[in-house]
Amino acid sequence: MISLSQVSKRYPGGFEALKDISFSIEKGEMVFVSGHSGAGKSTLLNLIAAIEPPSSGSIIINGQNLAQLRPAAVPFLRRNFGLIFQDHKLLYDRNVFDNVMLPLEITGFERSEAAKRTRAALDKVGLLEREKTMPIALSGGEQQRLCIARAIVHRPSILLADEPTGNLDSAYAGEILEMFKSFNQVGVTVLIVTHDERLIERFGARTLHLQHGILA
Amino acid sequence: MMGRHWRTLSGALRRLASTPLATLVTVSVIGIALSLPAGLYLLLANLGQASNGLEVQPQISLFLKPDAGKDAQRQIEKQLRSHAAIKTFRFVGRDQALKELSAGNGLGDLAAGLPNNPLPDAYIITARENDVAQMDKLRLEVSQWQGVETAELDSAWAKRLNAMLDLGLQLTFILAALLAFGLIAGMGNIIRLQILTRQDEIEVSKLIGATDRFIRLPFLYHGALQGLLGGLAAWAIIAVSAQLLNLNVSRLATLYGSAFQLEGLALGDAAALLGSSAFLGWIGAYLAVSHFLRHFRISHH
Repeated sequence: MISLSQVSKRYPGGFEALKDISFSIEKGEMVFVSGHSGAGKSTLLNLIAAIEPPSSGSIIINGQNLAQLRPAAVPFLRRNFGLIFQDHKLLYDRNVFDNVMLPLEITGFERSEAAKRTRAALDKVGLLEREKTMPIALSGGEQQRLCIARAIVHRPSILLADEPTGNLDSAYAGEILEMFKSFNQVGVTVLIVTHDERLIERFGARTLHLQHGILA
Repeated sequence: MMGRHWRTLSGALRRLASTPLATLVTVSVIGIALSLPAGLYLLLANLGQASNGLEVQPQISLFLKPDAGKDAQRQIEKQLRSHAAIKTFRFVGRDQALKELSAGNGLGDLAAGLPNNPLPDAYIITARENDVAQMDKLRLEVSQWQGVETAELDSAWAKRLNAMLDLGLQLTFILAALLAFGLIAGMGNIIRLQILTRQDEIEVSKLIGATDRFIRLPFLYHGALQGLLGGLAAWAIIAVSAQLLNLNVSRLATLYGSAFQLEGLALGDAAALLGSSAFLGWIGAYLAVSHFLRHFRISHH
């Protein structure tokens, strides 16, 4: 499902964020990427989501080689992903419902079907009662759950989460991770980037450990 | 798919309505800019109409040679009478012409001082067709008759007016083209500001798989709507100006014994005005968004 071979990323100025990374993640796997800050975790996510190109090496997602993708095809590649951001990237000019609806609007869903799916996604993260609320009125944990609802509403085959429990206390973090586990159980491939080693221990899933841009 | 277009359109309307003052200013600026060439065009169209209505019968003046003689004159008169393209003609003898000249133009003293009459005998001809090309053909034909010195077409002033109207129209088009460029640039700038306030939305949309087309659409509607509103404003400006001018125009026209009135924009012209203003807004928006997307990089980390 996700396959990297000899991937390196150098930034202008010579900083090498990732060096010779190779791994592959099978369909339906749940994998953690750990490492201290600056180890290249976020760069790795950016490369997989085709936000940045690698300096060398090849990345294959769902059988598509990213290097051979036309720019116009990139949006369609991204629809395979559900992206969860550390800073949520919510849109504060629209309510909870419309935030979650956005991916379905982008993919051109029929309105009533989209509304149904949006409510289902909100229900899964426990925000159904708050669909008319503006995101600014939500707590940090609720904002994170809203971000998750938006990531899963179009039923992506891959979930990519960047520090999804970053600012949450451990009880809340556990709850969020249980959520990812349940998505994984219905066949979604899940890749979670986190620096929280205790969390990884609690779940005992496969872990890729990055250290100064190298897979340890 | 239509649903998205409707929602985008209503979203753009809401956005315009949410900043009424800014929208009003923009729409007025566009309206004023558009009303200049459109108003000028209207004025010229009205003038053209008026000059057509002035029932001017272009005439051909046929001047005989001084030594043409009675026979040639009789022959010419016969030809004039039987020519299919000629409606009427009248003879102005050289003595009569001199009398008219000295009486009409206050040149009596001058005429009296002349040792002999320098004017030729002449025929004034009106044709059945007022078409300039037809008349010119006729002029050429009669000028070659026996005993004719020269023939002149008295439609020079009509030609001059037409040429001036054409020149005015050309200037109007140049003005319109310049303003169109200005409008596109101005609209591009307005949309660029819109884009800046919605950068988060664009970034998130791109991250979750929006195509450039999807991102562009609301801005295109925004630009086209603003252009359209500007066109409506221009229409209103022209209509009100025509009404105001008419107060004086009708007074002036009465002095010339005419019922001439400035007409507002015809429906077809108004549709063209609105269509092109919406189109200009659309182009400005398209250029601005495309430029932005070409240089846009997702700033994620």
